[in-house]
Amino acid sequence: MKHEIVEKNIGLMIVFIILVISGGFLAEVLPLFFLKEVNEPIEGLEPLSALELEGRDIYIREGCHVCHTQQIRPFRAETERYGHYSVAGEFVYERPFLWGSKRTGPDLARVGGRYSDAWQRQHLYDPRSVVPESNMPAFPWLFKDLVNHKGTAAKLSALQTLGVPYTDEQIASGPGEVEGKFEIEALVAYLQQLGTVLSDKR
Amino acid sequence: MSTFWSIWISVIVLVVVFGCAWLLFATRKSQTTDVETDRTMGHSFDGIEEYDNPLPKWWFYLFVATVIFSLGYLALYPGLGNFKGLLGWTSTNQWEAEVAAAEEKYGPIYAQFGQTPVVELSKNEDALKIGQRLFANNCAVCHGTAARGQIGFPNLTDGDWMWGGSPEAILETLRNGRMGNMPAKGVMPNMTNEQVDQVVNYVLSFSGREKDAAAAEAGKAVFAQGCVACHGPEGKGMQALGAPDLTDNIWLYGSNYEWIKETVLHGRQNEMPAQSGRLSSDQIQILAAYVYSLSN
Repeated sequence: MKHEIVEKNIGLMIVFIILVISGGFLAEVLPLFFLKEVNEPIEGLEPLSALELEGRDIYIREGCHVCHTQQIRPFRAETERYGHYSVAGEFVYERPFLWGSKRTGPDLARVGGRYSDAWQRQHLYDPRSVVPESNMPAFPWLFKDLVNHKGTAAKLSALQTLGVPYTDEQIASGPGEVEGKFEIEALVAYLQQLGTVLSDKR
Repeated sequence: MSTFWSIWISVIVLVVVFGCAWLLFATRKSQTTDVETDRTMGHSFDGIEEYDNPLPKWWFYLFVATVIFSLGYLALYPGLGNFKGLLGWTSTNQWEAEVAAAEEKYGPIYAQFGQTPVVELSKNEDALKIGQRLFANNCAVCHGTAARGQIGFPNLTDGDWMWGGSPEAILETLRNGRMGNMPAKGVMPNMTNEQVDQVVNYVLSFSGREKDAAAAEAGKAVFAQGCVACHGPEGKGMQALGAPDLTDNIWLYGSNYEWIKETVLHGRQNEMPAQSGRLSSDQIQILAAYVYSLSN
């Protein structure tokens, strides 16, 4: 085949490029949509409560995922420090997932229950008051701002549409559960449940 | 993975690999010569022309090598659907092998230390080195790297214990955690602001720092009603409840009038998280020895 034919027919070139790129997509991505291992929740996994879900959105808003990953890789060095390695079934309700790609701070995939609520609050208010060598920013406004409950029902029902098994009652009661709560309460509730379904000794 | 997806993936992967090889050889075949010449492609853009020369040989063979490599990789490692690869490698069994190797190396040491009584272990330099690392990784975020604690998180080096400093008490604290709860205004919910002031002065008087002697004197009665249940008649505390000794001038939540008033007015809740689900019993034994060694 003459290379020239491809080079001079931009339409043909586009077709070939799509063909080449889609090879990777069709083999590596598409089958995942149908695989049991990545679509079925692990035993005991429940969708986040309304308060935890709002906490998760605060986690995203404050950019926690920029410095903290939520994925423990299957290396002994990681499982010794953080706990059982992450499995796909833990993330089926995560939209979007917050695996992150950079660890300025430690991995948080199993931080739930590791420290007390009081520590989490103190640490978020002023990280250096408990960990002097920390370079994490402080988040004092979380202690005076209330959770915005107006979007809660819409968020829950959007997730329901995407297949997260929220009941209609949960959607209806969601806004009431978060109304009047401080943002710090939502965030700590979210953090304290992270990775607690799959617990294993290190 | 179902047979369909297995075949699907295998076919696409092989088509891509062999497609690349075919493309490489097909374009080479149209080349008229292997020798570099001055012949150009015949087009010119702003005076820039393109030679019509064959791919450099080293580059061509590099391409061939990548194709061969990928076939070798697909034979050895999982890449073709359900085919596990000749090496049988998975990320899980790689992790298991790592853990087993570490267990073989460190397991006997941990097992031996895990059997050793805490007091004896606290004199073993090697155990303390392990303990120090475990502490740095698991305990230091609250208790500090030097175990000196901070407001709300106890100092473990001062020999003052809320829940007891015996090896058994330390082990229990580590294994099952502790939930401390001082209710607001103790067990006297109707305590008035004046009485709060009095009782704070009384508590300060234990360490000779009362602001107002008369108020401190009056606070004795308030203390007897609202505080003795946990802190005892002399304010010496009660380790079974995690109620601190108020007379030793060691303060978890600040020592001055304002801090103590805050404590009385709003109570204090604290929690030491249980470690038994996170650390092995041998690790907990070593940590207990390390903590014990800090003040003994």
